[in-house]
Amino acid sequence: MEIVYSVLETLLPFSWTEFTFMKNAFLAVLLIAPLFGLVGTMIVNNKMSFFSDAVGHCALTGIAIGIMFGIENYAVSVLGFALIFAIGISSITESGISSSDTIIGVFSSAGIALGIVILSINGGFAKYSGYLIGDILSISKNEIKLLFVVLFIVILIWIFSFNKLMLASLNSDMARSKHIGVKFYKNIFTILIAFIVTVSLKWVGILIINSLLVLPAASAKNISKSIKGYHGFSVLFSLVAGISGLIISFYAGTSPGATIVLISSVIFFTTFFINMTYNMN
Amino acid sequence: MDKCQCSVHIKNLYVKKGGHTILENVNLTANHGETLALIGKNGAGKTTLLKSILSKNNSGGEILFFNSKGEKIFNPKIGYVPQRLEFDHGAPITVMDIFCANSSRLPVWLGHSKKLKKKAFEMLAKVGAKKIADKPIGKLSGGELQRVLLAFALDPMPDILLLDEPVSAVDRNGINKFYNIINSLREDYHMPIILVSHDLGHVFKYATSYALINHKVIETGKASELPESENVKNTFDLNLCLKEEILWK
Repeated sequence: MEIVYSVLETLLPFSWTEFTFMKNAFLAVLLIAPLFGLVGTMIVNNKMSFFSDAVGHCALTGIAIGIMFGIENYAVSVLGFALIFAIGISSITESGISSSDTIIGVFSSAGIALGIVILSINGGFAKYSGYLIGDILSISKNEIKLLFVVLFIVILIWIFSFNKLMLASLNSDMARSKHIGVKFYKNIFTILIAFIVTVSLKWVGILIINSLLVLPAASAKNISKSIKGYHGFSVLFSLVAGISGLIISFYAGTSPGATIVLISSVIFFTTFFINMTYNMN
Repeated sequence: MDKCQCSVHIKNLYVKKGGHTILENVNLTANHGETLALIGKNGAGKTTLLKSILSKNNSGGEILFFNSKGEKIFNPKIGYVPQRLEFDHGAPITVMDIFCANSSRLPVWLGHSKKLKKKAFEMLAKVGAKKIADKPIGKLSGGELQRVLLAFALDPMPDILLLDEPVSAVDRNGINKFYNIINSLREDYHMPIILVSHDLGHVFKYATSYALINHKVIETGKASELPESENVKNTFDLNLCLKEEILWK
């Protein structure tokens, strides 16, 4: 880690790199941004942004239950809950009894309400409000190593399952005719979303996490024509917004997460107008 | 290829869903070089029948596949052309992306290998869609998209081809083009083709045989005999002379 720090200081001789928490936050952004950029592409293509948002909301219940039972590493209970909700939502949606946005809306509200109720039992919700907006500046060395492992795993999964997942999302019967296990790949994707949300929740925050998943991919979609360009732009926008947002927040004294989201939104509208002018001509 | 014996046999097929019997006692055979059209009213179970063949997911009975030597095959290659794709029309997915996603382990977000691109071009050339290989699928016309899906269904060359109302979103020119390709495929590769269609004109013109379905097989016959069928006339409430009605289309 010390080597990484000194490399950072040599490459980036600015006042913000003098602080260890900023170096940590910078490294965290370098790891989280590509993660969100990659997975976001499929969330946007499959119109699942409401779904990933709900998974984030449900994670609050996981945090609350973890804290209530005094589980030291709350990640276990968050992941558990995110998974239960995610699989619950997708199986109820598949049964076709009610429309998916209604079901997701119900789960999403119930998840966040249950979390808030449990956390505020003794009237002390204020100390947990950090989970709502996250704090990337608090990330520790070990957590950065964990993020590195997570990024590695997600890239591996993305390499092995992307093609099949894409075909399954276009038409499940067509995918089945090619002997693709549609349910298996859709479940992998659901688990992947729950996993990513859980891992990054503490630093990114429930209110912001979905913007980071959706905005870079949505911006990339505005200006790309193929899957390759889509992924490239998505990761690029995610990195640009993450790094510049972090640095600006340092000098302006604003919340890093929200600053990153704002920059992502600016990128989205810019690409949106580029797409509009391009399509009009 | 004259001795080819590839075929699909459906025997005593039952499909039940949520307590309702959707199909019962279905016995059908589609042979080598045959285009069997499944016709019937909406909700009669045509698409369910096609999906049972596709997923081998039925409540009773069996579906058997035979190869060109007449040997039973347990894991047949099935080509399937759906009625439509569920995708966002702005989705940045090109025709080439779909082809390479199917035939390669290399994730398409890392690019396409030259070898696969060449193969995809060959497949697309069969349906006259070579020029649109690098177009996003949302920018294709209904006819172009269905021809791409047909080429996709042929990779690898299937033992049986299933078409689920493949031209419902295609204009008149596109329809002719699509079915002409189907007919030339049947002549070149002789695989049995099963087609769901609500258009009797198309069935008469392009299929070789038909099966009238209403939760069971009401009647089967040659497509050329379709206009004479009283059952077909009654099912579709055709007042005009059926032949005129079909030919007029």
